[in-house]
Amino acid sequence: MSNELEFLSRRVATGKLSRRDFLGRAAALGVSAAFANTLLSDAALAEGPVKGGVLKAGLQGGESSNVLDPALNLSQVNFSFGKAWGELLVELNPDGSLENRIAEDIGSSDDAKVWTMKIRKGIEFHDGKTVSAEDVVATLERHSDEKSKSAALGILQGIDSMKASGDEVVISLKDPNADFPYLMADYHLVIQPNGGKDNPNAGISAGPYKVTIDEPGVRYGGEKFANYWQGDKLGHAAQIEIVVINDATARTAALQGGQVNMINRVEPKVVDLVKRVPGVTIQNVSGRGFYPFNMFCDTAPFDNNDLRMALKLAMDREELLDKILRGYGKVGNDIPVNEAYPLFPDDLEQRKFDPEKAAEFYKKSGHSGSILLRTSDVAFPGAVDAAQLYQQSCAKAGIQIEIKREPGDGYWSEVWNKQPFSLSYWGGRATQDQMYSTAYVSGADWNDTRFKRPDFDKMVLTARGELDQDKRKGMYRDIAMVMRDEGGLLVPFFNQYIDASGKGVQGWVNNPAQEMCGGYALSLCWLEA
Amino acid sequence: MSSPILKLVAQRVALGILLLLAVSVLIFAGTQVLPGDVAQSILGQAATPESLANLRAELGLNDPAYIRYFRWLGGVMTGDLGTALSSGQDIATSIGGRLWNTLFLAFCAALISVPLAILLGLLAVRYRNGWVDKLISGLALASTSFPEFFIGYLLVYFFAVQWQIFPGISTVYDGMPFLERMQAIALPAAALTLVVLAQMMRMTRAAILNVMQSAYVETAELKGLSAFSIIRKHALPNAVAPIINVVMLNLAYLIVGVVVVEVIFVYPGMGQYLVDHVSKRDVPVVQAVGLIFAAVYIALNIVADIASIVANPRLRHPK
Repeated sequence: MSNELEFLSRRVATGKLSRRDFLGRAAALGVSAAFANTLLSDAALAEGPVKGGVLKAGLQGGESSNVLDPALNLSQVNFSFGKAWGELLVELNPDGSLENRIAEDIGSSDDAKVWTMKIRKGIEFHDGKTVSAEDVVATLERHSDEKSKSAALGILQGIDSMKASGDEVVISLKDPNADFPYLMADYHLVIQPNGGKDNPNAGISAGPYKVTIDEPGVRYGGEKFANYWQGDKLGHAAQIEIVVINDATARTAALQGGQVNMINRVEPKVVDLVKRVPGVTIQNVSGRGFYPFNMFCDTAPFDNNDLRMALKLAMDREELLDKILRGYGKVGNDIPVNEAYPLFPDDLEQRKFDPEKAAEFYKKSGHSGSILLRTSDVAFPGAVDAAQLYQQSCAKAGIQIEIKREPGDGYWSEVWNKQPFSLSYWGGRATQDQMYSTAYVSGADWNDTRFKRPDFDKMVLTARGELDQDKRKGMYRDIAMVMRDEGGLLVPFFNQYIDASGKGVQGWVNNPAQEMCGGYALSLCWLEA
Repeated sequence: MSSPILKLVAQRVALGILLLLAVSVLIFAGTQVLPGDVAQSILGQAATPESLANLRAELGLNDPAYIRYFRWLGGVMTGDLGTALSSGQDIATSIGGRLWNTLFLAFCAALISVPLAILLGLLAVRYRNGWVDKLISGLALASTSFPEFFIGYLLVYFFAVQWQIFPGISTVYDGMPFLERMQAIALPAAALTLVVLAQMMRMTRAAILNVMQSAYVETAELKGLSAFSIIRKHALPNAVAPIINVVMLNLAYLIVGVVVVEVIFVYPGMGQYLVDHVSKRDVPVVQAVGLIFAAVYIALNIVADIASIVANPRLRHPK
């Protein structure tokens, strides 16, 4: 690039030259407009984030009954807002690695049973106090209390004892767990002063933004915390605001009208329309969430693996992906994990739609008559249509499926995990071990396929304690093979998080762990000057 | 004004209170037959048996239904609406702001729609069966026939997305400058106006036309009074009772029936608040909101009753 062009593009980036003038002069130097534009955006990025201003997000998933207590955060709005004001011990990077936040260093004993976390010095809470090892222990205590309503209670059950000594927190586990640091990245485990035991809803932690507005179900706001420990690395806007917009059409309209700078949950069926709006960018990323068809392995007729195999082979995953998600996803392979997880065995054969083979297995199973499948709109968007498409592909293999459409109210209490064949969703977990041990080992509360196999449990337990990563990857391959060929899980597809950013929004980094840049969209992005 | 009127009013109010009590029982019974329970709904798919049992005990859900009902009714009598099960917040406080928002929106919509409807109704009578009448009736009926979400989306599409005159989302908050607030509620108020306009306008037209056929109007015509003064001086005062009735009905609708419009325009009013808590099985909130809605409805109907009594000499001086 000529010095002249470089000089000019820097002048545009600093606002001393207009874009139009730049393009004119670049043309005079014999440069194509497309190339000149590339130069320009490179220069803008090199110039770094624009500080200040107000960044607004319009998000689905907030209700007037929500509270700020991170232990009770379940919906998307609280998730994103929690990432703006809260700080965790560690955080999951987009590439699946861990980034140390409040924990400066994490180490374990050789058997992965005792973990020591060194607490970073000099991090300040929004109320001016300094984050101490005691605060961390108090937080973990609050979430792991048997009486606690914390959604993180399940993942902390493996903790035997913990104590703070100086600037270190030492945690002893009941069983070895090589994934322990990943568990600490759970978004509920926001470190609060005295663990939030005094007032869990105070909204005080050490994140980049201080809570200024808390109107449940309406809007939330924050202003940049002057003493944020990472300084300018996160939190470029001076103020952020989240407006709760549960209606999909209203959300899109708000983005188009410029009232918000970014939205979550663009419906697959309108993505192509939204894409055409000038200034709007669709931000989609494959995640860990999937939409399973669950069969109870201990209930007739699904206690017969030939029948389960027939039902797996009779699913046309490509068609389902194409028609239900409009291609915004990836076909599943009847295991609850995908390549978004660390140590994923990526050499597994993809299961394909094979009506002949399905018919063979069906005949072998000796089953006759129709099979009842329960579905509902709340299982996932398009779940009723998915059941109907599945019914048709099963018919091609001579398997008769009867569909029962259940009311959305009470679906999670009366149908899911209660009835032997139903549709559901899973949001995914931080590690493969967490996913398997949450839902596919004998003792799990949420074993929604009633897959109870002592040998499988043992495989999961062994893999959990293995610190050698190569060996561990091999173990997860074996586990996946058992799940895929003998489990009660039918996975048509993994979904994508589809968000959209508006005019002038820069700095977006997709994160497969969660929507909205893993919840950090408001802290990562800035508005072009 | 004599004692018979006072007696009538007292009767109506007493009846209204009785009705309100009956409604509270109905609402309570209704929330009991909903599938699932509060604890399950709060924790959703992420519920474990332990956390469910803990939450249920903490919320007092293990007591029999009638005990919970009377405990709550006693609270309401003393002005205590209780705390929301799902968020632990005081219901009276959190409803306060939202009720005000809903009333404000309803008031603005009424301020536009009621005079407009009556004026259009009068115009339609004056030019009855002519093209003005047909145009007014046609447009009003058309706007009422569309479902309100469709009207809402149309308004958003043109005024918020295409022309960007008004904001498409109406998130209002405390301390919002008045002009900004008016701008924010312009579209929902317009949508509500279009929805309620036709009924009031048609009723005005029908009621006045009815009176226009009576002998004294003919006399007035023979006296040579102009068409407008006949309508204003002779017809309107005698048609006022049914008009007030339909106006009150629509005012009640503006307050209790705005759920859809509130959701479309993301307006923080009572409707959205109710929907959120119904889906969480938050019985105290659902009951409180239901009771407020019922009270508004019953009160407006009493006002309509009393107004038509006062407006009608025959009812005012019964033999």
